[in-house]
Amino acid sequence: MTSSLHLWLIPILPLIGAAVNGFFGKRFSRRTVAAVALTFCGAAFVKALVVAAQFSSLELPHTEFLAHWIRSGDFLVNFEFYLDQLTLVMLLVVTGVGFLIHIYSVGYMWEEGGFYRFFSYLNLFMFFMLTLVLAGNYLQMFIGWEGVGLASYLLIGFYFTRDSAANAGKKAFIVNRIGDFGFLIALFLMIKHWGSLNFGEVFVAAAKLPVETAGFGLLTSIGLLLMVGAAGKSAQIPLYVWLPDAMEGPTPVSALIHAATMVTAGVYMVARSHVIFDLAPNALTVVAIVGTLTALFAATIGIAQTDIKKVLAYSTVSQLGYMFLGCGVAAYSAGIFHLMTHAFFKGLLFLAAGSVIHAIGGEQDMRKMGGLRQYIPWTFLTMTIATFAIAGFWPLAGFFSKDEILWQAFSSKHGSWVFWLIGVVTAFITSFYMFRLWFMTFFGDYRGSEADNHGHSAHDEHGHGHGTPHESPMVMLAPLAILAVLSFVGGWVNIGGRFEHFLAPVFHNPAMEAASEATEAGNHGTEHLLMAISLAAAALGLYFAYLLYLKRRDLPQKIADALGGFYQAVVHKYYVDEIYATLFVKPLVDGSTRILWHGVDQGVIDAAVNDTADGARHVSDAARHMQSGNLRSYAGWVAAGGALIIAYMIWMGIR
Amino acid sequence: MVPVSYYLVLSGILFACGVVGFLIKRNIITIFMSIELMLNGVNLSFVAFAAHLQKFSGQVFVFFVMVVAAAEAAVGLAIIIAVFRTRETLNVDQVNLLKL
Amino acid sequence: MLHLVLFLVFGAICVAGAINLLAQSHPISSALSLVVVMASLAVEYLLLGAEFVAAVQVIVYAGAVMVLFVFVIMLLNAGAEERTKGSHVALALGVPGVLAGGLLVAWTLLKRSDTGTVALGSLHGDPKTIASFLFHEFLLPFEITSILVLIAIMGAVVLASRPDLKPPAGKES
Repeated sequence: MTSSLHLWLIPILPLIGAAVNGFFGKRFSRRTVAAVALTFCGAAFVKALVVAAQFSSLELPHTEFLAHWIRSGDFLVNFEFYLDQLTLVMLLVVTGVGFLIHIYSVGYMWEEGGFYRFFSYLNLFMFFMLTLVLAGNYLQMFIGWEGVGLASYLLIGFYFTRDSAANAGKKAFIVNRIGDFGFLIALFLMIKHWGSLNFGEVFVAAAKLPVETAGFGLLTSIGLLLMVGAAGKSAQIPLYVWLPDAMEGPTPVSALIHAATMVTAGVYMVARSHVIFDLAPNALTVVAIVGTLTALFAATIGIAQTDIKKVLAYSTVSQLGYMFLGCGVAAYSAGIFHLMTHAFFKGLLFLAAGSVIHAIGGEQDMRKMGGLRQYIPWTFLTMTIATFAIAGFWPLAGFFSKDEILWQAFSSKHGSWVFWLIGVVTAFITSFYMFRLWFMTFFGDYRGSEADNHGHSAHDEHGHGHGTPHESPMVMLAPLAILAVLSFVGGWVNIGGRFEHFLAPVFHNPAMEAASEATEAGNHGTEHLLMAISLAAAALGLYFAYLLYLKRRDLPQKIADALGGFYQAVVHKYYVDEIYATLFVKPLVDGSTRILWHGVDQGVIDAAVNDTADGARHVSDAARHMQSGNLRSYAGWVAAGGALIIAYMIWMGIR
Repeated sequence: MVPVSYYLVLSGILFACGVVGFLIKRNIITIFMSIELMLNGVNLSFVAFAAHLQKFSGQVFVFFVMVVAAAEAAVGLAIIIAVFRTRETLNVDQVNLLKL
Repeated sequence: MLHLVLFLVFGAICVAGAINLLAQSHPISSALSLVVVMASLAVEYLLLGAEFVAAVQVIVYAGAVMVLFVFVIMLLNAGAEERTKGSHVALALGVPGVLAGGLLVAWTLLKRSDTGTVALGSLHGDPKTIASFLFHEFLLPFEITSILVLIAIMGAVVLASRPDLKPPAGKES
């Protein structure tokens, strides 16, 4: 037994920070609030680094027991922690990127109201996310799962005085809930069949079952239900609708929660449950199909968006689709690799977008930007690196991870060329809309007027005009720089497959490995060819974006007019929100109003209470006539009562 | 030789008449007289039992009942006079408010 | 035999007086019927042999209490009763209840009891015997009742006195 690493410190430190800021933050100065938040988040990061340093001396998987929780007959659930390579990767990503975003937020939110509240929520989010990542059983993971949903709701609705923000928060939470329902049923199935939720015990029990190739066996059902939960949390079809609306929150929130960490929880969960998925190929195929379709679907919507954050939101949905594609072809380490690089470049993209928005005084519409590269050079540089990374250009991080997924989609035992083809098309579209964003924002002439900068745009976060665009302060630029470096070199950890070998003991599956070894050995040529094709797709996207948004600015409008109705559908996100509203929301609201509110609440519950009171009133109203003040009526009652008693006495006497 | 029960029945009739008079009469003085009637009925049953059981205490008790009845009549009539002064009515149905 | 006849005659007079009390609408007539009832009751006591009690009944009850009643009726100038809205409860519940109770008692007494009979004048209630009882065994109650009478006198005087503030001339009876 290795000695305890005190893993419980990692989640608890941000929790303490959240509590301190939450209870006392109102009285602190901004400096103190920021110091508290950064200290506790940084401490968690440092602890994670310490754990990483000690990693090679550990016996894996390393579990730590903290306390008993549920003891119900034979069913035991404890507060316990689970550490293996996968956990370590997630831990470093979450704490590292999280810490950088905390630093950035100090600068971004400096002039906003509710400063202490923001950092309290941010630390709270870190606590829940770390609980999720370090959890040793599914129930503890579920605590973290729900908790990050809560933190997301609180942070999306941070500007709660705005209706749209409050509604977006509610939408996120409710759609997440639908996914959580699937997750819960999967947990119930596990409890019923295996009597435990502890990772070790569940995986041992699952591994004993044979591979399910036909129909809906136990493992397939659990896998599909877990996928439902992941679809809710990680914004896949059909539960992705909350993520674009979540852009109502402050930009650091979008970076942290809706790009780097929370939305990746679904991918992490699927990777963690790989034992179950490996034995249920049908579930895996569903995962891959959902991931692929989502990637393509979201990418097409991203082409027509004009709000810079919405483009990035749909891009996130699309990239998450890639991660699920990777997991869906049983290339879990590829999916996790893309998760890590995506955290770097998507986090950077959001933070840089925030820097752009901050620079031009709150405007988010790209049609009002342009030519910003001379005003905000550092932001421009870092955003460029991020854009090239996400498009998949060599030698940046996105190239390595995306390419690995596409190769596995093509060559894996569960993959097929269809997945690969759709993936390549999506890569092209991704490149196109990212460079569209790049050109529209930084090149050409500045289309925002001085008058516009008085901060009356629709998504106003800063409400102050600044005149000419200005660069962000150092506290915001430093994290951008660090993330830019990571986006540049982050992919190199997998050169020679080192990253995948690092994660291999987690995803150990002898049958799969033997098969994939065989395919890999003979197909280096194919692999290089496919690599070249994806690079070509990225370059093509760049060319088209250049053509449409720099060289011939009139073309986009002409294309839009030519496509007419189809273009309108894409702009309106294929009317999915409207369809959901009609199919689900409106009947539910109407039914609740009529049946549950008027019928049950008012008609039964309120009526019961009110009618009881009314009944008491009526009874006493009738009874009060006995007290009339009339002497004769009193005498009458006495006489009647006396007669009764006499009769009773006579009767008793006779018996 | 009259059975005791006859005396008791007579006493009961008187008592019942007294109660009925109490219930149906509206003049307060008449109600008082019904009370006296009730007391007389009770006196009769006391004496009847005294005769039956050959004990003198029954008769002696009749004295006390009479004294009490007299005292009660006096005080009650004084109250009626006092109430009459303010209400100016002897109708008991019209004296049904506690305040004066 | 004589005993029974006398009992029935005076019993009938008694009951007739009681019913007349109920039936009359003028209080004076009711008072006079009550006098009749008391007088016939005095005869009943005599039949039982309680002479002293009979005498006291006539002197105190019929002679003092009833006179007091008549005085007050005349003082207050009580007229015939008006018909006012009375109490439904009293008439609906009270009267039938009492009548039923009375009938029940009567039936019980007549049919089911095994008490014996009394002879004419079986109680020798002469003043000497009663006095010895009153002053030996019942001395305490006797004294207490005398105090009670004293209190009743004082109470009656206080209650019936006119308030000093109102002059007699301004008060309309």
